Amino acid sequence: MTILTLAKGLNEGLRRAMEDDPKVVIMGEDVGKLGGVFRVTDGLQKDFGEDRVIDTPLAESGIVGTAIGLAMRGFRPVCEIQFDGFVFPAFDQIVTQLAKMHNRSAGNVPMPVTIRIPFGGGIGAVEHHSESPEALFCHTAGLKVVACSNSVDAYFMVQQAIAADDPVIFFEPKRRYWEKADVDTARTPDALHTARVIRPGADVTVLAYGPMVKTAMDAATAAEADGHDLEVIDLRTLSPLDMTTVLDSVRHTGRCVVVHEAPGNVGLGAEVAARVTEDAFYSLEAPVLRVTGFDTPYPASRLEEDYLPDLDRVLDAVDRSLAF
Amino acid sequence: MGIGDSFVTAGDLDAERLTTINPDPESVQLLTPEGERVEHPDYEISLSDAEYCGLYRDLVMVRRIDVEATALQRQGELGIWASLLGQEAAQVGSGRAMAPDDMAFPTYREHGVAWCRDVDPLVLLGLFRGTNLGGWDPRAHNFGLYTIVIGSQTLHATGYAMGIQRDGGENAVIAYFGDGASSQGDVNEAFVYAAVYNAPVIFFCQNNQWAISEPLDRQTRIPLYRRASGFGFPGVRVDGNDVLAVYAVTKAALDDARSGQGPRLIEAYTYRMGAHTTSDDPTRYRLAAELEAWRLKDPLERMRSFLYKQQLAEKSFFDDLDAEADDLARNLRRACREMPDPRPLEMFAHAYSDTPPLLAEQRDRFGTYLGSFAEEVAR
Ligand SMILES: Cc1ncc(C[n+]2csc(CCOP(=O)(O)OP(=O)(O)O)c2C)c(N)n1
Ligand SMILES: [Mg+2]
Repeated sequence: MTILTLAKGLNEGLRRAMEDDPKVVIMGEDVGKLGGVFRVTDGLQKDFGEDRVIDTPLAESGIVGTAIGLAMRGFRPVCEIQFDGFVFPAFDQIVTQLAKMHNRSAGNVPMPVTIRIPFGGGIGAVEHHSESPEALFCHTAGLKVVACSNSVDAYFMVQQAIAADDPVIFFEPKRRYWEKADVDTARTPDALHTARVIRPGADVTVLAYGPMVKTAMDAATAAEADGHDLEVIDLRTLSPLDMTTVLDSVRHTGRCVVVHEAPGNVGLGAEVAARVTEDAFYSLEAPVLRVTGFDTPYPASRLEEDYLPDLDRVLDAVDRSLAF
Repeated sequence: MGIGDSFVTAGDLDAERLTTINPDPESVQLLTPEGERVEHPDYEISLSDAEYCGLYRDLVMVRRIDVEATALQRQGELGIWASLLGQEAAQVGSGRAMAPDDMAFPTYREHGVAWCRDVDPLVLLGLFRGTNLGGWDPRAHNFGLYTIVIGSQTLHATGYAMGIQRDGGENAVIAYFGDGASSQGDVNEAFVYAAVYNAPVIFFCQNNQWAISEPLDRQTRIPLYRRASGFGFPGVRVDGNDVLAVYAVTKAALDDARSGQGPRLIEAYTYRMGAHTTSDDPTRYRLAAELEAWRLKDPLERMRSFLYKQQLAEKSFFDDLDAEADDLARNLRRACREMPDPRPLEMFAHAYSDTPPLLAEQRDRFGTYLGSFAEEVAR
């Protein structure tokens, strides 16, 4: 067991992946000497060289576009997008090329490209540094999308994403980068595309991922004082969703609240709600409720505490669910 | 040391790389780092004493705002600050070369240009404090909003210039961007559009040698100003720490653009003396020696020496200026600390020109929700 921050968990996971497979290359802005603005790639260029840890020109379309070429040549690129709001210059390459190459080539060309994106708010940043664009990628067939929430998952999930033959958009909860947990690197991890019940409970299922997992857990602790027993699920995989775990839970609680920072409109919560309603309708005691960011552009940071779902808003939704 | 001297990067770059990106000796200079006026065959400048003094005043005030903002960030009053330290001459020289109805499209570091366009420094601080997202009216200042997504504004500038071509305007546009930004697709597309339509836009690149931790050789193998020729318009490199040269070169370029000669690229060769932002730690990637070399080319010092040597200003001018800068800093500090946070429901105000019913409902519900806490407290 070692105590690692989430950022260090990722760093160790990347190191491990690079040791295990010489075809793994890291590319992005400032990932070399600086070790990335969040230090996730700290020390990797020193140990693996400039050919494997590539400081790219300042051009995200270039990062992803060349990663596609590298993948066709047998490499496993891991791209770092510096902040969520800066993935959009690469959006064309991701949606029109990366997501579709395998399909277009009738299965002949795998696309083992991982795109790491620090996402979400809560760090008091300026514009474009606090976005939650996950739904845009989930909506794109051909991409797999995951989000880690803690150091253990950070360590294992990044390796699993790199080992996968499909492109994986890998979301990292930037405001949780510095949170620590014990990581047992010898244990066998859960499969990448599975959700996990992280707190069993009987009354309401609360679904969260990335930065909101901690918020949901805090809400569960607070709800206990009111006599409510919340079951918290860390979704982990956003596309494909692990509906088996979700439906099992909802079938015994009868109530479901989905929490994410991204705006509610056409977000992950909408997808989950639709599927739960379709497949567990007769188990439901209340409509599936969403606790999300508002349908506005991300506000100036002095308002982000109002914009972002917090413990109180989760509890409010839990109360509303229980009141049905 | 002149601007033509090579610089050393922190990395173990091979010699060949260093020579390819060496500063070009043809860089336009009108004022040496020692403050001596030198002539250039293509560019001249002749300003009144008051105008020379005015440029120096701008440099001093802009640096003071910057130093104050950095201090305010350290004290927790700002979330982050992107310092322009070292780039004052590039910004003031180009900013003052603009005619009032010329339009500027800035990045996030153009505090000196903002000063020239009469944007209240306090509003800039608000953006970095997290109380606004910019919020000034670009039309009121002919100064666009700060743009954080690298390179985007170069296309906006080009489109704006295309608008001028179509509505009979007689003004020109400046698009500011950095050496790092020169790699972005948007910037290269802007070059193509501007060239093809012969649009009246000046691409003003502040090559401050760094894009966060990445030195210039991660972006280019040739001097940036030479990129222009491949797109079909002229490019020129100017000593970016020489406010007179920057002024002269930019003014000439704007005049050319206004008279229908199309786009120009200006590479202002300068140096980012500070960290990328207050969140950055440059000791991880660059050498102190590089900083020392550039300190000798300080844009304020050389203008100050020039004014002294040419006896354009008395000692009292410098004393008064210091006092004025102190006042500005003091007022800014106080006003920044007193700047109120926006109210929560304001975030719904400008998402659309009219608030759609569902969003209005969301806003009202949130208002009621917030109100319920107030009731709880009251009870
Ligand atoms: C599209 C995009 N990608 C990445 C970033 C993160 N970022 C902010 S500033 C910067 C470096 C910019 O360098 P340069 O263009 O030279 O401007 P300078 O900061 O030196 O003024 C980077 C990579 C961003 N803001 N936008
Ligand atoms: Mg730069």
